[in-house]
Amino acid sequence: MNRRDSLKSLVFGSIGVGVLLEGCVSGVDNETVANSLKKFNYGRTPKEKEYDKLLFSKKCFTNNQMTLISKISNLILPPNEFGSINDAEVPELIEFMAKDIPSYETPLKEGLVALNQNSNEKFKKVFIDCDESQQKSILDLMAYPDPDLSSSEQSEDVKWFSLFRNLTMTGYYTSKVGIEELGYKGNTPNVWDGVPQDVLDQYGLSYDQDWLDKCVDQTKRNDVAEWDEQGNLIT
Amino acid sequence: MQIKENSKEYDVIIVGSGAGGGMASKILSEAGLKIAIVEAGPFYDPANPDQMTQMKWAYDSPRRGAGTTRPFGDFDQAYGGWDIEGEPYSQKGDTEFRWFRSRMLGGRTNHWGRISLRFGPEDFKKKSIDGLGEDWPIGYDDIKPYYDKVDKLIGVFGSKENLYNDPDGFFLPPPKPRLHELFYIKGARKSSVKVMPSRLSILTKRINNERGVCFYCRQCARSCSVYADFSAGSCLIFPAQDNGGQIDLYVNSMVRTVTTNEEGKATGVSFINKEDKTEYKLKAKVVVLAASACSSARILLNSKSKQHPNGLGNSSDVVGKYLHDSTGGGRMAFLPELVDRKIYNEDGVGGMHVYSPWWLDNKNLNFPRGYHIEVWGGMGAPSYGSGFNVNDLNKFFGIKVGGYGDMLRTDMRKYYGTVLGMDGRGESIAMESNYCEIDPEKVDEFGVPILRFNYKWSNHEVNQAKHMQDTFEEIIHNMGGIALGNKPGKDRNYGLTKPGEIIHEVGTTRMGSDPKTSVVNEFEQLHDVSNVFVVDAGPFVSQADKNPTWTIMALAWRTSDYIVDQFKKQNF
Repeated sequence: MNRRDSLKSLVFGSIGVGVLLEGCVSGVDNETVANSLKKFNYGRTPKEKEYDKLLFSKKCFTNNQMTLISKISNLILPPNEFGSINDAEVPELIEFMAKDIPSYETPLKEGLVALNQNSNEKFKKVFIDCDESQQKSILDLMAYPDPDLSSSEQSEDVKWFSLFRNLTMTGYYTSKVGIEELGYKGNTPNVWDGVPQDVLDQYGLSYDQDWLDKCVDQTKRNDVAEWDEQGNLIT
Repeated sequence: MQIKENSKEYDVIIVGSGAGGGMASKILSEAGLKIAIVEAGPFYDPANPDQMTQMKWAYDSPRRGAGTTRPFGDFDQAYGGWDIEGEPYSQKGDTEFRWFRSRMLGGRTNHWGRISLRFGPEDFKKKSIDGLGEDWPIGYDDIKPYYDKVDKLIGVFGSKENLYNDPDGFFLPPPKPRLHELFYIKGARKSSVKVMPSRLSILTKRINNERGVCFYCRQCARSCSVYADFSAGSCLIFPAQDNGGQIDLYVNSMVRTVTTNEEGKATGVSFINKEDKTEYKLKAKVVVLAASACSSARILLNSKSKQHPNGLGNSSDVVGKYLHDSTGGGRMAFLPELVDRKIYNEDGVGGMHVYSPWWLDNKNLNFPRGYHIEVWGGMGAPSYGSGFNVNDLNKFFGIKVGGYGDMLRTDMRKYYGTVLGMDGRGESIAMESNYCEIDPEKVDEFGVPILRFNYKWSNHEVNQAKHMQDTFEEIIHNMGGIALGNKPGKDRNYGLTKPGEIIHEVGTTRMGSDPKTSVVNEFEQLHDVSNVFVVDAGPFVSQADKNPTWTIMALAWRTSDYIVDQFKKQNF
């Protein structure tokens, strides 16, 4: 029997997405929205898909702001042999998160304005037109939180840069290139059979024999389990 | 409003398709009864590629897996959450109850932790031990045969430990511990805290030819596409259908009331189809509620009639009362020894490979009930949030925190997989004063009156939470770790979670032999109405320091056997 035959009512629900994206404007063309929806294929419900569509159809930053975001992210994590901030689509992620978590939007934008004010005061130029040493001299003033203050007590500049650094770092290390650089080895079918011996040796650890005796014999994982009456596994 | 009536009469209508509803569907349909399952959410199959999230990477999501849409992240398989648009609940006074609902076939079994613990002999008779709460009308020996059957049908790994109150079962073999779990074992043993292999319903070994075997991706919260973990759809409802069970599924259907006749007997249910917002009626000889403890209580309380003016099954005025959730507390630690550790695949199963059952005697403590400890950590898949505060741990080495440039990539690598955490999950005392009731003023988007919660922890739970924090700190010290963040003090209830947050809410239709002080009898049958049963966690008299799912299913099986027997005796 086909499972779906038993369905008496299959619904793709209507939705009212109650999100306010005040500073974000529409203006993304339908084709781009459709491509974005197609690109991210991750098991959404119809309602969730509609929410994503709404976010994809809004633009949170101007092109100039996006260029600036890309520049800052590249200063935070310069490109290397694995890839770059742009390969990792970090600016796109920052833009998306400013819509997905609306409380990010204003602080992110204000920080960009403040950055240009800083560079104008110091070098009579917007940040993007400064040379790299000038740009770094500006970042140096906001990149190090005061260790004696809690995160909410830090200056606005420091708070903004921390948020920006967090988004940049997470954007890079959750991307294909970033995951490869980190060297994460999982998310693939395999058979776990304990900590490698050289790692155990490194930490001076070992498995207790009586514990190991209880553990799965991976050579018999495909034999259907059977027990005796006392619950002892016999296969 | 027009109400559409279906002329077909089922033998049994089951409301909800999670652990209890799934089990009832399987046993009752395989006994030849005609079943309707009425589920508030959509159809869901973990193997359906359109719904699947297993094996996705963070970058498959535009928010890299962040928890803005689904509370436990984009890939978690629970359609719903703490707050569902159009389906609110309210609080009385300063109550902060949190109610997690998952609207989909299989309900919360699609994303749960698979921690599958039997209650022990003492767990059914706690009042006899410490004078608090109430004893169950049944004991371990009544339910043991059903635990055995659940183990063999569904599969749970674990080990024989011969602990009186943590009974062994028919186990599949457990996986070997991960590195941070070996550190935990070392630290816990120094504190004389018992550690043993965890007990999770994940197939480390084949259990039948229909379901796959675990391939160690650590993603059980995403529901396994080869059915190597327990979900009610993949392990109960689909197999029942494949075995020829006559099951009609009504999805996206929110049950409003149990309908009754002049004699006060149940005749079926009325539900609202979320698609056309129309109310429908279904008829059956027996109604089995399995909508989750609070939802089932809500349905009963909303089912008022001339014969049942206080709500169905509520002549005792006990429906909704004795609501209780597990306590929770946690602490994170940094293990300096693991800095710059070698990277290898240590995903393992979806959850811990080791845990600590309650190891002390409450006679010597200032709180009456115990807790178990869960452990997490290791080199997990990067997801939204990975890389936040990348070098905060520098402060423990006297190095500057913050900065930018290539040094951040060194920091990222250095601290990857160096943090672990412990979570305590404990038993609270069921109290009459903690309850859910119908809010007299508010309705949901379907016009159904909503629940209002009243809940306050007592010193029993607060003192237990303090003990958790002291224990965590000691174990962290013993394994050479550094506890992170500030230890929560009295002002923060020692880190005690809000009621509901552990998602083990139980007790709202409690079981007992006295119809004046309980809602259902030992077969989860309403004292007031013989053809209505409750097979979720509502009938739990007490919670135990165990997770409720295995007991929900053992009881649901026992109840289903009783229902089949009553059908044979033509009592419905």
